[in-house]
Amino acid sequence: MSIKDKESEIVEEFAMFEDWDGKYEYLIDLGKDLPAISAEYKTDDYKIKGCQSQVWLHAELIGGRVRFTADSDAIITKGIIALLVRVFDDETPDAIAEADLQFINEIGLAQHLSPTRSNGLLSMIKQMKMYAIAFKVQNT
Amino acid sequence: MYNLKDLANTVLSSAEIREQFPVLGISVNGRPLVYLDNGATSQKPKCVIDSLAKYYNEQNANIHRGVHTLSQEATSLFESTRSSLKRFLNAEHEHEIIFTSGTTQGINLVAHSFGKAFINKGDEVIISALEHHSNIVPWQMMCEDKGAVLRVIPMNNAGELDLSVLASMLSNKTKIIAITHVSNALGTINPVEEIIALAKQYKIPVLIDGAQAVQHQQVDVRKLDCDFYVFSAHKMFGPTGVGVLYGKEKWLNAMPPYMGGGDMIKTVTFEKTEYNELPHKFEAGTPNIADVIAFGESIRFMEEIGFDTIRIREEELLQYATQKLSEIDGLRIFGTAAKKTGVISFNIEGLHPYDVGTILDQLGIAVRTGHHCTQPIMDYYRIPGTVRASFAFYNTMEEVDVLSAGIKKAIKMLKR
Repeated sequence: MSIKDKESEIVEEFAMFEDWDGKYEYLIDLGKDLPAISAEYKTDDYKIKGCQSQVWLHAELIGGRVRFTADSDAIITKGIIALLVRVFDDETPDAIAEADLQFINEIGLAQHLSPTRSNGLLSMIKQMKMYAIAFKVQNT
Repeated sequence: MYNLKDLANTVLSSAEIREQFPVLGISVNGRPLVYLDNGATSQKPKCVIDSLAKYYNEQNANIHRGVHTLSQEATSLFESTRSSLKRFLNAEHEHEIIFTSGTTQGINLVAHSFGKAFINKGDEVIISALEHHSNIVPWQMMCEDKGAVLRVIPMNNAGELDLSVLASMLSNKTKIIAITHVSNALGTINPVEEIIALAKQYKIPVLIDGAQAVQHQQVDVRKLDCDFYVFSAHKMFGPTGVGVLYGKEKWLNAMPPYMGGGDMIKTVTFEKTEYNELPHKFEAGTPNIADVIAFGESIRFMEEIGFDTIRIREEELLQYATQKLSEIDGLRIFGTAAKKTGVISFNIEGLHPYDVGTILDQLGIAVRTGHHCTQPIMDYYRIPGTVRASFAFYNTMEEVDVLSAGIKKAIKMLKR
């Protein structure tokens, strides 16, 4: 499934909720279901600098596709990461580097995109793309 | 026009008081705003907002220079705020009131200029465990520069300072004590009178960070006998970008300027500059004229409401909120000092403050989450941060109920 298709799927899922609490509860559930990151990657080296909640992100290239695992100590942040991992995981470095994510706006979580928000959503996306670019360079 | 003081004394939580603050009537995320982030910045009454518009519509001119009428009028409005502040703080001289951009600049100014003149290698500067980063980092920078030592008065679990330790820290090496009047993260009111009295025994000057105090209680700098007192206008219903450094004349005269530029000079040649006298020596460049003038309105507003009313309202809110929040399962309040301002810093067992704050925001409740620029306090409690509700006299008991219900809703959602 392409990144665009996965985005559409998420937008459809969130469209089922009429009010904010449904959306957030779904996000919290996604956070809880996010596969755990290996303990060896839950260190400062893999931490994305955010102000309030800690986020750990690990990426590796397997068979030409980037595999992401991630975690956070805040559950809403973890839910947002779960969405990002779902969209970017198992995609090629090219596809990730070129992706222009739209779903965050469309599911009504745009407020989390503001650079002043301290959950570092923008930093997460940036970091995932950096990994993709690094793998791209490595492969050429 | 009704008299605000009478109004405040008769119907304390009345809609009329809140009507003075336009933003309190707005909705956030589809709910009426419940603004409980007054420790970060307070809301502004109409008179302050109107003053800003009036200045730019009718009064704008540069000050202290122009021969023309508009400039002279602007100068006189600007200086009248200085005179209000002299009265507000009971300072001895108007020129002991220095306008800054805020508390942070005030502390940086003193750390830099006092440090330059009076601190040498091996000297000691004392701060406390309760300081905001802005009363830690400027001193650290200065100490590093000078080879001086920064020492810290410890706190206990309730968030109170241990003054017996302070007594043992003082010596002739101690060159200045910089301490917060009220903790922004916990609300603790420090016994600054006792600290100053102790310091006086060694003739050590004391700087008080009043950013979280001046909006809650009457501060009399002469009665306190502090050497410096710094604060920001925006936390006391005034505009952002303005602050005050009060300093005793003898220190301000003995300290070198912080910044060079216009307004702070008497004569300039390429060989030498003779500095202007106080307060201009520390006010280089065109100041924040509009906001200083509007700040005068916020002082007038606070004086009309009166500190008795402010104190009674805030104490009631703190007491009620402490009781309501303590009833919530798993909620722990950080900062349980005997003397506190209207601040409740808390966490819910098993929940991240960021998550709680995010849900509260969806409910239209504005609180602060995080380390509140006081990482050493968070390290003391071994927590990443807290949720902080901070009250102003315009908050209501109903808003405390909304907060309490909001926290319960957040727990329900996050602990599903």
